[in-house]
Amino acid sequence: MADDLEREQSGAAEEVSVEQQLARTDEPAAAEQARVDADEADAPPTREQAEGESRPLDDAEQELLARLERELGDGIVESADAFGMLVVRVKPDAWRRAAEVSKHELECDYLSFIAGIDWQPAPREGDEAGGDTSSPVQPTEMTFGVAGSAGRMQVFAHVESTKRHWGVTLKTDVDERDPHAESWVATYPGADWHERECWEMFGVAFDGHPSLRHLYLPSEFEGHPLRKDYPLLARIVKPWPGLVDVEGMPGEEGNGASAAAPAADAAQDAPADADKESS
Amino acid sequence: MSVDFAVDRQAWRHLADAQVNVELDTGDMILNLGPQHPATHGTLRLVVRLDGERVISADPVIGYMHRGYEKLTEFRTYPQVTTLINRIDWLSSFANEVPFMHGAELLMGIEAPPRAQYIRTILTELSRIATFMLFLGEMGLQVGALTPPFYGFRDREHVLNMIEAATGGRFHPNFNRIGGLKDDLPWGWVNECRNTMKVVLDACNMLEELVAENEIFEARTRSIGIIPPEVGTGYGVSGSNLRASGVDWDLRRDGKPYLVYPELDFKVWTHPDGDSFSRYWVRLQETREAARMVVQMLDRIPSGPIMAKVPRIIKVPEGEVWVETENPLGQMAYYVISKGATGPFRVKIRSASFSNVSILPWLLRGVYVPDVITVLASLYFILGDIDR
Repeated sequence: MADDLEREQSGAAEEVSVEQQLARTDEPAAAEQARVDADEADAPPTREQAEGESRPLDDAEQELLARLERELGDGIVESADAFGMLVVRVKPDAWRRAAEVSKHELECDYLSFIAGIDWQPAPREGDEAGGDTSSPVQPTEMTFGVAGSAGRMQVFAHVESTKRHWGVTLKTDVDERDPHAESWVATYPGADWHERECWEMFGVAFDGHPSLRHLYLPSEFEGHPLRKDYPLLARIVKPWPGLVDVEGMPGEEGNGASAAAPAADAAQDAPADADKESS
Repeated sequence: MSVDFAVDRQAWRHLADAQVNVELDTGDMILNLGPQHPATHGTLRLVVRLDGERVISADPVIGYMHRGYEKLTEFRTYPQVTTLINRIDWLSSFANEVPFMHGAELLMGIEAPPRAQYIRTILTELSRIATFMLFLGEMGLQVGALTPPFYGFRDREHVLNMIEAATGGRFHPNFNRIGGLKDDLPWGWVNECRNTMKVVLDACNMLEELVAENEIFEARTRSIGIIPPEVGTGYGVSGSNLRASGVDWDLRRDGKPYLVYPELDFKVWTHPDGDSFSRYWVRLQETREAARMVVQMLDRIPSGPIMAKVPRIIKVPEGEVWVETENPLGQMAYYVISKGATGPFRVKIRSASFSNVSILPWLLRGVYVPDVITVLASLYFILGDIDR
């Protein structure tokens, strides 16, 4: 029943949003885009949608992609659009070249960030996740986002142009067992810290980086915290305090009972903690 | 008492010896600035290598306040994430919320109603004024003027009162919801805000006379800590710091249209010099510009609902979105990856100060020790924005 209600409400929300978008945008192209946005959002989230086709590229994106293709050739694996932003996946051995091309051919002089993605699904509830039942449940099968991925680990970066006012997100695949990528420091000096962060958080080594050392974490820290198999230790040491507050609302026993069940468990596990939090 | 050097040749020789010995004894000295130094604005530690008074190399040591927000977001639902991202740049918390909410709304295909967009923009600009007002006063402190910070704090309080009146929180409003805002503005707020903007403009004039036109201040900041535009962009320096180097780039005007900025008439201020002084000057002008923008918006603010229709349980469809905004400290952006759950799969938080501070090893080379403090202050970073 709750699901029906939710679907109804989300449907209504989209109708409203389309009207508003149409009313707010003057150009027909933008209105068309808004309609496409809404149509896509209307469909239930599916795996095909994210992996497969995407919206047509706009002029700036096409220009960016054309320049990238001219320089990188078959170094480009896949490209897609994500809400008006071009995402291009390049081969690992074209990663450094991609930076040079971005800087000189795309006129993207500004480095926004370099970071990693771990596409492996997070451990589900229960023992694997250290008894944590409070966090949002993510899908269990491994899916890859816009422009796809060859495996679990990826490195991605965003560069922008302060003159042309455009930007592009570049992704590259990284070997899961021996993760390493080419360093961008020679092209963008600001890559230094971003790559150090990515190295300590994901364990991705950057070839050609002057000094890969810890940035945030103490130098004796072990493990790579942002990988999905690295548990959030705080949740294992102590149950999420917000959990004990979950109680059924007076009028809806059916929903309340199911929601309160994990809460009751948590409360039994750590009554002392719960008291402390509430006081 | 004086020594007659003409007669006492021994004294001459003694002085000459001392001079020679000093020359022989020069060695590098390593100085730790911070993590608990009053001039470091928090727990930033700078390991500076000195030759005399001159910096040979500087290595910022960060992470004393690392809270792992990128990891924590993976364990929160979308509405819960707001609480975290409020605390990234705690001086302009409201402005941190906006891009994340905007990203979630894009993924869900929801758009906040016009009134909500206006209120969001007003509160973002108020955050900008509050952040810069503190800077404008505090920058005086860094060159030894004790009075300006008090004025800065005093006048920022007016702005914080307005934010508090609208949101209930001075620092962490937590006021944005996916699809709109928690509440509408209280009665009489618009007029009160208009008065506050007059106070802000007066305060800007006063601080300009007090600080920017001060001879000592100019001597301590002019042509010190120069960031050339191409170096700044390479390091990812953004916001006022980059505009002070002459790069005419402001995401409110040049980025993807967000909030109501496309409807507003405002000037993007730049300065060709790129030194500490120009960073102060640009922020001063931007504070005034922000006050003018708020007045414009107060005149135009439409009536209507403040929330779009949003499902009771927020599930964000699968997809990726990159949303960047011009925050007081620079480019604030989130790369949100959703897998159709109630919480994000991965959020890359791109905070401005992190990149702004990463230029320090380059920037501080060859600078004198007292200028390290003014250069640090003029870059204006928030530790939470570096460490996340």
